[in-house]
Amino acid sequence: MILETIWFFIWGLLWAIFFMTDGFDFGVGTLYPFLGKSEDDKRAMINSIGPFWDGNEVWLITAGGVTFAAFPKVYAVMFSTLYAPLMLILFALILRGVAFEFRGQIDSPGWKRIWDLCIFIGSFMPAFLFGVVFANIFRGIPFDGQGVYHGNLLMLLNPYGVLGGLLFLLLFLLHGANWLGMKTDGDLNIRVAAVADKIWIALVPTAVLFLIATWFATDLYANYLANPVFFLIILCSVLSIFVVKFYLVKKDYFSAWCASATTIVTCTFFGIAGLFPRMFPSIIDPQYTLTAFNSSSSPLTLKIMLGVVVVFIPIVIAYQMWTYRLFQGKLTEEEMEY
Amino acid sequence: MDPVFLSRLQFAAATMFHFLFVPLTLGLSIIIAYMETRYARTGDKLYLQMTKFWGKIFLINFAVGVVTGITLEFQFGTNWSRYSEFVGDVFGSLLAIEASLAFFLESTFIGIWIFGWKKLSAKAHAAVMWMVAIAGNFSAIWILTANGFMQHPVGYTIRNGRAEMTNFFELLFNKFSILQILHVLPAACILAAFFVMGISAWHLLRKQHIEFFQRSFRIALVFGLAASILTGLTGDLHGTHVAEVQPAKLAAMEAHWETQANAPLILFAIPDEKAGKNIVEFGAIPGLLSFLGYHDFSATVRGINDFPEDERPPVLIPFVSFRVMVGLGTLFIFLTLYGWFRRNKLMESPLYLKIMLFSIPLPYIAIELGWVLAEVGRQPWIVYGLMKTSDAASPVAGYQVLISLVAFIAIYGLLGAVAFYLMAKHAIKGPAVEKP
Ligand code: HDD
Ligand code: HEM
Ligand code: HEM
Repeated sequence: MILETIWFFIWGLLWAIFFMTDGFDFGVGTLYPFLGKSEDDKRAMINSIGPFWDGNEVWLITAGGVTFAAFPKVYAVMFSTLYAPLMLILFALILRGVAFEFRGQIDSPGWKRIWDLCIFIGSFMPAFLFGVVFANIFRGIPFDGQGVYHGNLLMLLNPYGVLGGLLFLLLFLLHGANWLGMKTDGDLNIRVAAVADKIWIALVPTAVLFLIATWFATDLYANYLANPVFFLIILCSVLSIFVVKFYLVKKDYFSAWCASATTIVTCTFFGIAGLFPRMFPSIIDPQYTLTAFNSSSSPLTLKIMLGVVVVFIPIVIAYQMWTYRLFQGKLTEEEMEY
Repeated sequence: MDPVFLSRLQFAAATMFHFLFVPLTLGLSIIIAYMETRYARTGDKLYLQMTKFWGKIFLINFAVGVVTGITLEFQFGTNWSRYSEFVGDVFGSLLAIEASLAFFLESTFIGIWIFGWKKLSAKAHAAVMWMVAIAGNFSAIWILTANGFMQHPVGYTIRNGRAEMTNFFELLFNKFSILQILHVLPAACILAAFFVMGISAWHLLRKQHIEFFQRSFRIALVFGLAASILTGLTGDLHGTHVAEVQPAKLAAMEAHWETQANAPLILFAIPDEKAGKNIVEFGAIPGLLSFLGYHDFSATVRGINDFPEDERPPVLIPFVSFRVMVGLGTLFIFLTLYGWFRRNKLMESPLYLKIMLFSIPLPYIAIELGWVLAEVGRQPWIVYGLMKTSDAASPVAGYQVLISLVAFIAIYGLLGAVAFYLMAKHAIKGPAVEKP
């Protein structure tokens, strides 16, 4: 029981870290075609995330890998029922990943335009689709006791799913804008500031709407009513959104970025706490729902993996923080070349 | 539209494509780390130029290796969900460990390497490249351990209708995996060495950047010679182990149909799977198969016809793949050995240089065929002796897999073409001339 519970929260934490880290580079990539007016702007935007995006993406691989190791049944059913959106996400990530490398290789506007498009699609699609997918998980997915999916891609685009997608997109956009605020200066920085304000204004009603819609579309709040302390998570989430605004006004982008990171993590935990112990609810019949208790690995595997995670994840965090420090502050002239 | 068949095609396409880029990453990262270390130690600018030139090509290749790897990590769930449920307890942990121990290191440090030229001292920057090289090879070790479990499952028991881990160390020290590691990593080094030698030969034949490419060639040569010999040696050990734990694969890769003592090794044959015999065969060397498999000329080797019909792997593909791989492996040893004797007279050996230029694709062929042998020869099992491939696929609609398969082929085809084009472009352009 205890092992499974711990693993459930590690699972949630890994997704939260993934959204928090890769979230800002998804945001930057989505803003890229709109803010990148000149070649210098574009280079600055790409290089601002250049040293980080790959390391950030590994959090996705780890979240997936840990799901496989600790909850094999969830991994199997989740990824096969969500086959279509997952494939779309993967193709988007493939195009984005190579685009960063390929774009600068040939000096022709047409060539660059192709990869610019890939950077945009490759950032926008995952941001939106992860939101859609997670909102649908909160709602429940139509799968049966054999793990067979009774639906199609369009069914995921129900109003609640789309709202979830929008929420994720706006969160990542804000997070990305804060990052760019921190990294750029001059004209670009002014445009970033203007855009950040607009995103914030769109985000607030979306978030409120999502909280309300969750009441009607899901039963996440059951856990909250049973344990009212959980409401603190929502409170933190809402507060941190306002803290972002506070620092945006002061043009302290580093603090704003920390605040938007907090928003993303607490938003993820809003869902995780509401789901517990469910990991992949079935909307067809609750008896098919996969929970931390009916689909975990053997205690031995859970223990070994716990050892691995407890030792190595902090080490990973430590050297990733070191990287962030190494490349902190505005981009310098020499970081602009590649 | 059978989802099992389509998923197999898709998995084969995705892994084989991934493995077009992986070996160069594994081998070239070591070569570059060595070059950069020389620069940090001696301050010789030529080594810095070498690091940058090969590094540029490395990064293009690396990008494709990374993005194609991400899809693989998820394909077990999307396409092989029955398999994932069955072995996740054992197999999933290896993938998760690979990500948290190796991928993080690799991807974080490559970012530092690319962008950190001005932020770090020469020594620290070289150390970062070593981290990348070590992490890459480390990741290979984990994934090969995972594959080793599929080839020869150990350290588990069947409980609750699935394979559960009983002994983690047995899993880590699976002899099959260790032999795979010892075979595949040097094989990757062969590929990288031939890549460097081939491109160097191109420039040397044109008599440009002579000092630069002679040095590159020699570094790669030493590396390639050692790797070629090692690959051959461990390949032989690997064969004996396969004979022991996967007798059906051994029979298939040797097109050996009837059980017999003192079994001959057949150099050339055209196997006929329907008839259960070879239509044509010649070059049978008596007793050699018994000897290679069991190091005993009179040992009995089981033939394919001795296995139940639903447990027989295809024969033709493993048979041909094995012969071509070993043939090429032998050729690599000769080529690098010859090069070793001519290492100071490279410019006077245009024919040898030409041969090396045209040899660039050969290790690619050998390494892909090695996998084809290992994986096709394992059929019809997905986990040898435990689970059949036909029971392993996800219950997803065939059309979905068909669409994703077509998308894979289209996107990967394009990416591959672009990546090799860009690598060739840089290779031909040659090193940047030092700015004053
Ligand atoms: C012998 C080595 C080897 C083999 C058999 C495989 N890979 Fe691989 N993989 C690597 C060696 C490697 C590598 C050299 O370490 C790569 C290439 C580029 C890189 O960053 O790491 C890599 C990248 C890579 C990545 C991206 C890591 C990142 O974003 O940094 C993933 C998720 C996988 N692989 C997963 C797999 C899976 C699930 C495989 C099994 C089917 C597989 N690889 C076969
Ligand atoms: C990267 C190098 C690899 C290559 C080139 C490769 C090649 C192949 C090929 C050709 C097949 C199709 C066999 C058939 O259906 O007849 C296959 C199947 C498969 N391989 Fe590999 N393989 C590689 C590595 C791995 C690794 C490391 C794993 C596991 C960790 C793995 C797991 C599988 C699975 C699950 C299948 C599908 C089921 C099957 O057909 O057996 N492969 N691979
Ligand atoms: C020179 C003599 C060689 C011998 C005797 C040899 C032997 C073998 C054997 C017995 C296997 C086992 C297949 C299995 O797992 O069922 C194998 C696999 C493999 N070989 Fe070779 N090999 C040789 C050269 C090469 C070369 C030159 C390369 C590539 C450059 C290569 C790449 C591979 C790969 C990638 C595999 C699949 C992974 C594995 O199972 O280890 N081999 N080889």
